[in-house]
Amino acid sequence: MLPALFERFGLNQLWPTGGFPGGVHPPEHKITADSPIIELPLPPQLILPLKQHIGEICAPLVEVGQHVLRGQKIAKSQGYVSASVHAPTSGTVVGVQDHAVPHPSGMGRPCLMIEPDGEDRPDESRAPISDYRNEDPALIRERIRMSGIVGLGGAVFPTFIKMLRDQRHPVQTVILNGAECEPYLTCDHRLMLEHAHDVLRGMDVIMHAVNAQNGVVAIEDNKPDAIAVMRGAIEAAGMDNVEVRTLPTRYPQGGEKQLIQTITGKQVPEGRLPLHVGVLCQNVGTAKAIHDAVCLGVPLIKRVVTISGDAVPNPANVCVRIGTPIPFVLAQCGLEDLNDVRLIHGGPMMGERLPRTHVPLVKSTNGILAFHRQSLYSEQAVEEPCIRCGHCVEVCPAGLVPNELAWHCRNDQFDRGQDYNLFDCIECGCCSYVCPSHIPLVHYFRYAKGQVAKIEKERAFAELSKARSEARDNRLAREQAERAARRSKVRKQHAPAADKAAKTAEKKTDEGKTGEGKTEAVKKEGDKA
Amino acid sequence: MTLLISSPHAHGGDSIRANMLAVILALLPAAGVAVYLFGWLALFLIVLCMLACMATEWGCLKLMKRPTDRIGDGSAALTGLLLALTLPAAVPWWMALIGCVAAIVLAKQVYGGLGHNPFNPALAARVVLLISFPLHMTSWLMPMHAPMLIAIPPLNLYDFSTCWQLFWFGPEALGKGLDAITMASPLGHVKTEWSRGIGAIEALRNYDYSYLDAFLGREAGSLGETSALALLLGGIYLLARHTITWHIPLSFIATVYVLAALFNAVNPEHFAPPLFHVLAGGLVLGAFFMATDPVSSPVTPRGQLIFGIGCGILTWSIRTFGGYPEGVMFSILLMNCAVPLIDHYFRPRVYGK
Amino acid sequence: MNILMAILTLGGMALIAGIVLAVASRAFHVEGDPMVDKIDAVLPQTQCGQCGYPGCVPYATAVASGEADVNLCVPGGERSMLAIADLMGVPPKEVEEEAAVPMLAFVREDECIGCTLCIKACPVDAIIGAPKQYHTVIEDHCTGCTLCVEPCPVDCIDMVEKEQVLEEWTWAAPGKRPSVPQTLHKDEENHAASTV
Ligand code: SF4
Ligand code: SF4
Repeated sequence: MLPALFERFGLNQLWPTGGFPGGVHPPEHKITADSPIIELPLPPQLILPLKQHIGEICAPLVEVGQHVLRGQKIAKSQGYVSASVHAPTSGTVVGVQDHAVPHPSGMGRPCLMIEPDGEDRPDESRAPISDYRNEDPALIRERIRMSGIVGLGGAVFPTFIKMLRDQRHPVQTVILNGAECEPYLTCDHRLMLEHAHDVLRGMDVIMHAVNAQNGVVAIEDNKPDAIAVMRGAIEAAGMDNVEVRTLPTRYPQGGEKQLIQTITGKQVPEGRLPLHVGVLCQNVGTAKAIHDAVCLGVPLIKRVVTISGDAVPNPANVCVRIGTPIPFVLAQCGLEDLNDVRLIHGGPMMGERLPRTHVPLVKSTNGILAFHRQSLYSEQAVEEPCIRCGHCVEVCPAGLVPNELAWHCRNDQFDRGQDYNLFDCIECGCCSYVCPSHIPLVHYFRYAKGQVAKIEKERAFAELSKARSEARDNRLAREQAERAARRSKVRKQHAPAADKAAKTAEKKTDEGKTGEGKTEAVKKEGDKA
Repeated sequence: MTLLISSPHAHGGDSIRANMLAVILALLPAAGVAVYLFGWLALFLIVLCMLACMATEWGCLKLMKRPTDRIGDGSAALTGLLLALTLPAAVPWWMALIGCVAAIVLAKQVYGGLGHNPFNPALAARVVLLISFPLHMTSWLMPMHAPMLIAIPPLNLYDFSTCWQLFWFGPEALGKGLDAITMASPLGHVKTEWSRGIGAIEALRNYDYSYLDAFLGREAGSLGETSALALLLGGIYLLARHTITWHIPLSFIATVYVLAALFNAVNPEHFAPPLFHVLAGGLVLGAFFMATDPVSSPVTPRGQLIFGIGCGILTWSIRTFGGYPEGVMFSILLMNCAVPLIDHYFRPRVYGK
Repeated sequence: MNILMAILTLGGMALIAGIVLAVASRAFHVEGDPMVDKIDAVLPQTQCGQCGYPGCVPYATAVASGEADVNLCVPGGERSMLAIADLMGVPPKEVEEEAAVPMLAFVREDECIGCTLCIKACPVDAIIGAPKQYHTVIEDHCTGCTLCVEPCPVDCIDMVEKEQVLEEWTWAAPGKRPSVPQTLHKDEENHAASTV
């Protein structure tokens, strides 16, 4: 009650107590909250991008024509920050090629194509670690790394890296993020309802791996059933050091930094990690995936996705193999004709519009929303001048001044933009959401961030080119000086005899500036003489 | 081809138009009180100003080849209404018209239109009028139903033809001078009495001042500023609707109150009591409807508090030490100048910094 | 008399202000950073010579001495021009030539005769090879300056467009056309067609 009042009158902007500053409360539209998770059939073809995570792209381990088993590793991570890819089912690799992936650019990435054989035979080489409590945490982390697990809340950062132990910053609290503050999305909600036990086991694995003393399951108060189920499951499992925390429903409650502030009252200092305030945050879906990987030996090959939006006849929560083409998934929910439909990959606040439909569902897909063209706000909005109402400042959870920031970004004053903390924007979209002038603020920030990165890169390249160009000039000058020095030396030592030879050499050098070798030869001649 | 659109794909449904209409709606009680007190004159002025502002805005947009449907955002109509509510009832039509043109052209469109004006257009226009027509702008018509007026028989402002003549041709058409039908406002009265060496308490006593009348609005003043009650109703509506935030009104009024209370405590005979300051003149109107004008006030919450405090200090100082009896308008305009600075130095705390 | 007083007062004030200004400009005089370096720093270092000078530093020198215009750098485009104009304190000028899409040199290796002429032409040493052996361009170092194309006796060097990769894609400004690849499926086109 009190936090809500605080929020209502913008007090949390002035004195952030407890919850994070700002935030909005969009209509929830959780139409699929009561639809049980349904398992979808196998599609005729699976498309597996070699990069579905933050970090380095993977290298394929299989060749075209090769038969693979379900769960077999088909692309291995390269570099440290990376996550390998596994075959979602048994079948034949039919191609390695560029294919469009879910990305706002509509561009392609190298993908592995697999044609399922329908038998779905598993690769049984990975044994479950059932007694994980007595296992070395390093081994558990390795298992998580080998299983290609990334943050399934949407950030897709390789999970094992977050679980590294740092002696200086021990993790005290593991937070299980079940806030699911995005409208429409219900996949985490359903996971908690239907797989409470697995989720909690996954959390226990994490807590064991990082040696955390206590755990918090964070759920927004718009999911009372999930709160009750999780409480029951915790009691049944006898985990006394884990508690369920009810959070006020407010977007972006599920943002990692915001969640940490709500739970611990502390902000993650700039440039630091949650680790530095003794916290590790994992999404509910990730916990389930960790459970599967450790306790069942199954790598990350499928996930739960919410299919919703006003263009979908039968909205549902579905459990899908990763790599399933999105049109196939939508067709299973009754949406066949994608003309005049707009697809959003993720939730309406932070999800991206997909310019292409023929893309696979990937590890980061927590929802696919299909809207009629007319009902998608972002298509209709007409930008008007900013009336400086300050609503955007009020709701910004990062404490920015979006209207000023957008002003600088629009005028390509990126230095001023950075003064206004451009890179602290988490692109949550609260500011655009409340703006009465319909200014696409987030779009401006994304544009500016891209431009800054581009300018930075160009500058680095220019510096490199300059260095190379200078090195070349120096080299040419040096060579010339050396040649001249050698020539005069030869002349001095063998003045009469080598006179003729030197002249020939000079002529030759003039002819085709390949001089160096030839001068060498002349020198030898001179030495002999 | 595609124009790519970034997230978010949802919107809260707020719009400029909705905001402007909300403010207009919130001003309706005050406008109603104006009509109750000043009869047809109030109605004439309000209608004239709203229409004139919209027409001027339309003309400007047309001249500058901007889309003229911008007129639909309601900002010009709001400026007109606000301007009308700050005018004394006895100004003739052409004066009001000049004010409207000044508001839209001088104070708004020359800066680039909606969103770019550094000053509140209605207030800027009022200053133009005050400087150009000081006598008319400080002569307050005797309102209807004001209890302290028994001495002089007031004009019947509910009579259409009387009002029409007054509005159209000025008081001379009624065979009277301006000073025969006008009186001093409480603030003006206190100021004159001070200059004669009489303290505020004494001055109020001989003015027959009552807090209740001031709260309900039964006193002399500009059309819309007299009734604190009606203005509060509108202000609360705006706060509840989240069109404005509490920062500016609260800090503005509280500052005036605290300053007045301090000085009144030191010398109760000379300085006017705090409640008088809050209810008098245009403070409530200014704090809820003028200082909160989004375009010309700071955007950050802390900045808004500073802005309100600054307005409060200036208002009280001008009322107490300045040459004009009323300081709300000048203080808001002065603080408007400081907005870029305030916005720059009072940004919110960035997460994690 | 009054007028005289006014004139004297004003004149005196002007004189004092003038002296203060003069002293201040002496006292706070900052030695200007070498302009050439500053200008060079905002040039793209393509070393292409399209400005008519044999490289970026020579052009920067020419601009700093007032000899060259600020709008001659083609690869730098508007951004470089604005930065230079700002540094020089002169009004910006239109950049006449549009900067082309970023290009890379590509040696068709089966035609290369290994003459090393292109190696010598490259201002940033981005071509490797030895006499009588195929040469090739180091993609990461090529500035796309086209200086190697001319010297090749068998015309085996092409300028190809730099491939756009997803990692380097950035958002276009709102309302601007983004660079979306054109190979959409039929129904995808409908899907993507925007009302705007
Ligand atoms: S998108 Fe960025 S600027 Fe806008 S509210 Fe979120 S964090 Fe603040
Ligand atoms: S919400 Fe929109 S109109 Fe209001 S200040 Fe922010 S950008 Fe401007």
